[in-house]
Amino acid sequence: MMLIKNARVIDPSQNLDAERDILIENEKIKAIDKPGSFDSLKIQNAVDAKGLIATPGFVDVHVHLREPGLEHKETVKTGTTAAVHGGFTSVASMANSDPANDNARVTRYILERSCEAAMARVFPIGAVTKGLKGEMLADIGLMVEAGIRAISDDGMPIMNSLLMRRAMEYAKMFDIPVISHAEDLNLSQGSPMNEGAVSALLGYSGNPNASEEIMVAREIALARLTGARVHIAHVSTKEAIAQIKAAKESGVKITAEVTPHHLCLNDEFILSGKHTCSHSHGKTDYKMAPPLRSPADQTALAQALESGLIDMVASDHAPHGCVDKEVEFELAANGILGLQTTVPLLLGLVHEKKLSLKRMVESLTVAPAKLLGISEIGTLKPGSHADITLLDLSEEWTLTLEHLVSKSKNSPFTARKFKGRVKKTWVGGQLKYDSSK
Amino acid sequence: MFPESLSRLKAVLTTRDLNSEQIEGFLSAASQIKKNPESVAQTLKGKTILQFFVENTTRTRMSFETAVRKMGGMNVGFATASSSFSKGETLLDTVRTIRQYGVDAIVMRHSSGESPKFIHENLNLPVINAGDGQHEHPTQALLDAFTLQEVWGSLKNKTVLILGDILHSRVARSNIHALTKLGVNVILCAPNTLLPKDLSLFPKVEVTHKLDEVLSKADAVMCLRIQFERQSQNYFPSKHEYRHFWGLTVERAAKLKPNTYILHPGPMNRGLEIDSEVADSKHSLILKQVENGVWVRMAVLGGILR
Repeated sequence: MMLIKNARVIDPSQNLDAERDILIENEKIKAIDKPGSFDSLKIQNAVDAKGLIATPGFVDVHVHLREPGLEHKETVKTGTTAAVHGGFTSVASMANSDPANDNARVTRYILERSCEAAMARVFPIGAVTKGLKGEMLADIGLMVEAGIRAISDDGMPIMNSLLMRRAMEYAKMFDIPVISHAEDLNLSQGSPMNEGAVSALLGYSGNPNASEEIMVAREIALARLTGARVHIAHVSTKEAIAQIKAAKESGVKITAEVTPHHLCLNDEFILSGKHTCSHSHGKTDYKMAPPLRSPADQTALAQALESGLIDMVASDHAPHGCVDKEVEFELAANGILGLQTTVPLLLGLVHEKKLSLKRMVESLTVAPAKLLGISEIGTLKPGSHADITLLDLSEEWTLTLEHLVSKSKNSPFTARKFKGRVKKTWVGGQLKYDSSK
Repeated sequence: MFPESLSRLKAVLTTRDLNSEQIEGFLSAASQIKKNPESVAQTLKGKTILQFFVENTTRTRMSFETAVRKMGGMNVGFATASSSFSKGETLLDTVRTIRQYGVDAIVMRHSSGESPKFIHENLNLPVINAGDGQHEHPTQALLDAFTLQEVWGSLKNKTVLILGDILHSRVARSNIHALTKLGVNVILCAPNTLLPKDLSLFPKVEVTHKLDEVLSKADAVMCLRIQFERQSQNYFPSKHEYRHFWGLTVERAAKLKPNTYILHPGPMNRGLEIDSEVADSKHSLILKQVENGVWVRMAVLGGILR
């Protein structure tokens, strides 16, 4: 048995925000009660968390672990190590490995690798179409039997509406969500950044907000038609937020996520960013898909997260090596690391009063756990997994390259000063990260 | 000859980053070089300039190479039409490698925006941007301003109409910054499809798609090249229709003020964006632009390398 004492426990799944002791037994939560309640048990293995915040271990529904096939960028081991360093105890891995996770053999391989090497729980996401090609459905049902929790072609959006309809109808039988990277590829025309004043100035072709708005509208229409659950990945535009609001009000089964970088950055960073790329923090670390949008979109995203219109935060952790990022802006790979910076960035928003602590925790626990359909994570209710994250709200620190335990270093946030830090992470009652060590 | 304002420059990447004093410094140096080229015949002696052109081009490269030769420097060349080099080497590794041969500066043309800046900031070498993607072409804007200054004396309060594919034009971007810094009123005219939607980060300019309404305001018309592939990308329906609405035709030229000058950065599509009669008229500065390109590039090379 193990005890975490005197923590301020924030668990939105049971509407709890109070000082509590947490009792853990056999990798599960045994009980939560007022401080001192378990003192009579005389537990040797006790952690005093006075002044710290304990939450259910965080859940990230959008992570690229890169295994199999892209192990030079990240592996199950390094990616999940980054996860627990960032307070995440469960991650859902996107299907764009090489080969893609489009059949049960690959799903089983990822789960085997997770058993052998993972520091956090891994829930594979299956491909919607074979080889992410947008042509033929992948073995969705067989992958569900093997363990996938959602399907998505992520960065390879399905342009064929009939195929997407079929995918939703099919996924509905297995009660898994279809995750959509909403981008009209004809309209975005491979542009390296947002269309706006900055793209005009720099002469880059621009990806307009409308490319996201159009596809979100299509996904809503198809979800309404099929009754399937659709989840909009990394919402980046105020127009998409408006669509999601209307869809939710009309009863469509839709959820949405936002990334910390779309909450904390905008396309003006591309203007000021330096091109120097001593392994990280170059201008290309501001390049992602969807692109960083305008400051107005950035503001709208934070408001939508706080109001609950956007259900959850996902990191879109996308490791890339130097050779993918130390290149011309237009040729650079999309995406940045996220697992270790998501929580500190969100705590920054909490300090700026743009986000409540309750909504922050909710968006990292109950909401993503519900999307994946797993009741034993994202909560501290007795009987659930003893996955716990311990936070210090006020510790000030600076992120350096050395902190990044991911195999890749593509983060625009190195050298950034943070207030608030992940102190300890337990997965199934096992201490997987301790900031003091 | 090269004013103090230029000596701090380690690169010329954009006209956006140059202040009016620096722009005027380059123009004044170019003017002195044009009068007395011998005075700079040894300025680049012992210096090696890498002409690094990762895009099809003839005139800009020849102009820069001529400028280097006239100043006693040595050119080494590297040209490829493709940005994906053989053997998969990255741009940064290619330039790192070439630098080891001993290079004092790089003149760089590249199809990807900001790549000269990328090289400059990473390798700490003097770089002159000879055109990067759709971003900027600063020496073209300087030579355009120089050419106009020769005929006008001062550019202040003159009106220059930039006509054509603004969206994809690095020449237009560099000219908007350079000309407005010299006191010019700039008018942009193009079909809506070939105009950026949001110009709020640019200096104030007038924007229109109605060419006939602005012709009479112009003291000079800078006509841009229309690339044929824009038609297949549906930026406009046909060459015929483009010429009908936006071509600088003989009929339109007649509506210009009598002393309106005509510029074109080349290469021209005669009969599409500009009629031959207009391109070859006595108010055309097009060949002057080519000649002045050499003097202006000498001023730029001398300004950052002397």
